[in-house]
Amino acid sequence: MTPMKELRVQLEVLRYNPDTDTEAHFQRYDLTCPEEWVVLDALNKVKESIDPTLNYRWSCHMAVCGSCGMMINGEPKLSCHTFVRDYEGSVIRVEPLAHFPIERDLVTAPDDFMEKLKRVKPYIIPKEKKPISEGEYKQTPAQLMKFRQYSMCINCMLCYAACPEYGLTPEFIGPAALTLAHRYNVDSRDGGRKERQEVVATHEGVWECTFVGACSEVCPAHVDPASALQQMKITSSIDWIVEHLIPGGKS
Amino acid sequence: MSRRPLVREVPPTSWYFRHPRYMRYMSREITSIFVGAYCVLLVVGLQRLAAGPVAWEAFLAALKNPASIVFQFLALVAAVYHAATWFNATHKAMPVQIGEDFVQPGVISGAHYVVWLVLSFVVLYLAGVF
Repeated sequence: MTPMKELRVQLEVLRYNPDTDTEAHFQRYDLTCPEEWVVLDALNKVKESIDPTLNYRWSCHMAVCGSCGMMINGEPKLSCHTFVRDYEGSVIRVEPLAHFPIERDLVTAPDDFMEKLKRVKPYIIPKEKKPISEGEYKQTPAQLMKFRQYSMCINCMLCYAACPEYGLTPEFIGPAALTLAHRYNVDSRDGGRKERQEVVATHEGVWECTFVGACSEVCPAHVDPASALQQMKITSSIDWIVEHLIPGGKS
Repeated sequence: MSRRPLVREVPPTSWYFRHPRYMRYMSREITSIFVGAYCVLLVVGLQRLAAGPVAWEAFLAALKNPASIVFQFLALVAAVYHAATWFNATHKAMPVQIGEDFVQPGVISGAHYVVWLVLSFVVLYLAGVF
């Protein structure tokens, strides 16, 4: 077995302590680590052996929980999914997710996203409620495929950190929450689209999106929020045409 | 422990310099200026045509001015870039599902290019180019 290659890693981490700081500042950490390590491993080493005051969120270490999103050299990434060897020879600049308030060091406040998530009613609102005795709501594989990719969202908020519209207009409901609205709208078991339209088909909803497409480029779960939002613009436009231009039409 | 989150503002006029993908987005948005300006040129042309043969001939002569040719060339490049980037994104706005599978993005975008080509030939034919 060949010995593990060790890499010299230089991390430049944005620090902010709400008790003592008025501004954030970068702090440099030099360390060596095996080449198969990810940025999160390097941060763990810093916390364990160099600076125990460093704060960041993580949990699963396998790109499932969506907790460890950070800006790595300006790109929103899961730090457990980003290998240090891809940055060999250069400084790795680690910052908290862009467009979110910094709580402390690399920890951001997700309150705004959580609030928006609730507003789109991301759960099945059955077309017709039926008693359990009538059995389950059945679905064909084709009906499942219609929304399956949108159900893969892990709420990591990388798409919000990538979206310039959200950065400039924080009222924007944003990619992940709107994509979840779409996920339930196109579910054959759901009948809640009209309720969700009150949030979706508004200026802060899909119409704030200008199709930059950054959300889909950074999604670690290969969801395509840009696609979901453009599809919702089309259905919302059809609703408007039916309601306003067709006599007797109701959306 | 106090809770005093630090908000970092996004620079409203220079944010797109932060990442190449934002620059790509803005370059596409800027093509709209040329496309819009060319539309104005067409409307002016229609107005000149309605004003009579002398006005129309003067308009055609103005189009042959070197500055006008440079503008028309830039507008053509901008329109082609705008159209191509739009066609390349159509599969996102209009995914087509057949059974359990989705039609390949290239097929949807490709269909738009084919229609574009056919319509362009029709327009050129009607204009008497062939």
